[in-house]
Amino acid sequence: MELPLGLIEQSLNSRYSLWVREALNDLSDNFTITDPCIAGHPIVFVSPGFLKMTGYTKEEVIGKNGKMFQGPETSRSSVMLIREAVREEKEIQINLLNYRKDGTPFWVFFQMTPVFSKEDGQIIHFVGVQVPILKNSRKSRCGFVRIQGDSHENEFRACKSFLGSCRRELMSDSISELDCTLNRDSQPDSNSRGVEIEEPCEACDDEKQRAAIAISNILFVLTHHSEVTGGLVCERRCSLPRVGILCSSLNTSLNRIKQSFVLTDPNLPDMPIVYASDEFLKLTGYTRCEVLGRNCRFLSGIDTDSSTLFKIKESLQSEQACTVRILNYRKNKSSFWNDLHVSPVHNASGKLAYFVGVQMDADDKKQDEHGLNPKTKQLSTVGAVKVAVRSLSMTVGCSQG
Amino acid sequence: MLRIKRVPTVVSNYQEDETENVSRSTGCGRNCLNKCCIEGAKIPLYAFKKLNKISGSKGLCCEYENSVPPVAFLDSLLLGEWEDRMQRGLFRYDVTACETKVIPGKYGFIAQLNEGRHLKKRPTEFRVDKVLQPFDGNKFNFTKVGQEEVLFRFEANENGNTQFIPNDAIDLENSPSVVAINVSPIEYGHVLLIPRILDCLPQRIDRESFLLALHMATEAGNTYFRLGYNSLGAFATINHLHFQAYYLGVPFPIEKAPTKKIMTLKDGVIISELLKYPVRGLVFEGGNTLQSLSNSVSDACICLQENNIPYNILIADCGQRIFLLPQCYAEKQALGEVSAELLDTQVNPAVWEISGHMVLKRKKDYEEASEENAWRLLAVVSLSEERFQEVCALIFEVIDTVDAENTEGSSSMPEEHDDGCLKEVEARNNTTRPLPMTGTKECLV
Repeated sequence: MELPLGLIEQSLNSRYSLWVREALNDLSDNFTITDPCIAGHPIVFVSPGFLKMTGYTKEEVIGKNGKMFQGPETSRSSVMLIREAVREEKEIQINLLNYRKDGTPFWVFFQMTPVFSKEDGQIIHFVGVQVPILKNSRKSRCGFVRIQGDSHENEFRACKSFLGSCRRELMSDSISELDCTLNRDSQPDSNSRGVEIEEPCEACDDEKQRAAIAISNILFVLTHHSEVTGGLVCERRCSLPRVGILCSSLNTSLNRIKQSFVLTDPNLPDMPIVYASDEFLKLTGYTRCEVLGRNCRFLSGIDTDSSTLFKIKESLQSEQACTVRILNYRKNKSSFWNDLHVSPVHNASGKLAYFVGVQMDADDKKQDEHGLNPKTKQLSTVGAVKVAVRSLSMTVGCSQG
Repeated sequence: MLRIKRVPTVVSNYQEDETENVSRSTGCGRNCLNKCCIEGAKIPLYAFKKLNKISGSKGLCCEYENSVPPVAFLDSLLLGEWEDRMQRGLFRYDVTACETKVIPGKYGFIAQLNEGRHLKKRPTEFRVDKVLQPFDGNKFNFTKVGQEEVLFRFEANENGNTQFIPNDAIDLENSPSVVAINVSPIEYGHVLLIPRILDCLPQRIDRESFLLALHMATEAGNTYFRLGYNSLGAFATINHLHFQAYYLGVPFPIEKAPTKKIMTLKDGVIISELLKYPVRGLVFEGGNTLQSLSNSVSDACICLQENNIPYNILIADCGQRIFLLPQCYAEKQALGEVSAELLDTQVNPAVWEISGHMVLKRKKDYEEASEENAWRLLAVVSLSEERFQEVCALIFEVIDTVDAENTEGSSSMPEEHDDGCLKEVEARNNTTRPLPMTGTKECLV
């Protein structure tokens, strides 16, 4: 599935000044910038150092998902952790086995950090830095820590000494950091068993520091170049998304559903539209700005049957799903018969969060003998919206709605 | 004989109390799936293309390379048909109205309050000390469900590409494999996959059926759509071969747990041990073909069921990772070794609970849900370290044999005291892709 290159270009251009690529190219670090708001979470920028490290050309990387560098021996649980960080828009630091173009694997210390819009707290990009873990520097300490027994104290001491042996200087705070890491991995129960901890590629502080410095350099460049456009970005979410704006992971999930639909928020006055799909805009001829924040009634016109409107109103009040055929109007005043399905959507707490309205142009309904019937297709949109809203409101950080 | 009493889950609206169940032999008039009604019935057919190789150069994704399937399996077909049954009111409750949360902590256990799932049903006795029991046509089985509960048929297209036929008449010669709703869902899209439904297979894993389940995970192509299996004695309540599946868009704790590689089989399948997780288990991944991965898991399952060891299976990561978890909770429960406190919660630790998705029946338990509580329950489900090693030895013996039968040369040995550097040196030396490392090679390095 090829993405239109324009969309990729636009991802950087809309937020930063035109010189941002040049400035990023000047950095010697190995990194990529990805856009979680575009379907497939593609790479929109790749540094020359990264290309050199992996053996790919720029054209082979841009537009692809970062998973292209993973291979058969890449730990799937690490991949799950990265995926979770993306979903929750959090920073992550992890040791990862990646693959070059020629198929050879190599260990990297991977640090990824989200970039937010200063204005509304929406996620803009992720910056992912990869620092190769060097073979010789690792040899002295890498590999395998075997700890017998279950004493946490033991584990800690063992790691402290093996780390100490490979580092020139031992910073006190890094030890406490290590302590935290160990704590994170230990079991919450005293019923732990002696396990062998396989850490084939533990990065040492040198590598971690290099990653941290790289991240801050990149963020400096991005912040600087976003000042010019006025769409300032920042590392920490400075403001909470405004009321009535969906959290970005939900937005991203909804963008994947290629059907005409809108989400309205019954918890806001006059139940405004808080999401409109591209297909909806195509169908009705409006732009996104023209519909967000408005009640759906602008789709009705003089010949719209008021009893149909009443039926919709009734089902909204009783929080029930309904299907109606209603005469709607496009922006250019032309009318069409809309086979509309409206359904309540609950969040993870089981509370009413939105109503989804899925439109279907009655004239456009052609039964494809090899495909699904249009009705099932319409309902699948409802299903996909329900899953997205429910899943994304289970964890904190995206609890709105 | 060991028995436990529990409230059976109602998976179909046609599931009556066993005692009231009268066997009907002809034209039952309920439009069921049995031979009496199914003749001439039309159920959509999703015929998938058999994947000989896990495609994608890195063996990671099973995406279609050139052809696009006619219908998006999960997003259009499954969700669309499921929502349709919801609108028709076939479910016992609206699962999206059930409260769910991720329990704060390091592991991210998921708790759901589901008060509707176990109401209106009396506790029944279940025999838990026999993993293999013969099929009993007098008990509830899936041939008795109504056709409206069936979403579609899911079968291999022996020759050619993925195909979707909206109105396909059932051919009685070939027992169809169907996907039906679970009327007591624990998440959105909760369905049952019933392989060759009319063959009335008992709940036991065989190679062909497991491959079918793996194909379903592959077709869905979404990490958050997993399949699960419970053996008898490990909280399966219906002795008619079935897998479960549902859609939940958060990672399960078990999927995030680190693993330690134990061995690589000749055909590239990697077997690892689950670490830092309350339930001990094995993870199967890799493999040169989907079939080789499928076969090694099924052989391990067959070994367990023949040795009368109850187990659960989670098919995760689009069919790329399979968790195999032998368990002993029901046995402990029958022997009176489970604390009253745990029993009071009435949580049945089947595959979903073991994976970290805890379905709770009491508001109190939901409100007090904590990582410690989840851990405490799952720790009771797990085999002891000693027993687990014994069980692993049984499995490795069988898998080694099977492996040796299929290929020449020596079979792989568990690389017991391997260290990370070794693995990495090997990885560096290996310049060609993919990396189907054989056991022999590993021993040489």
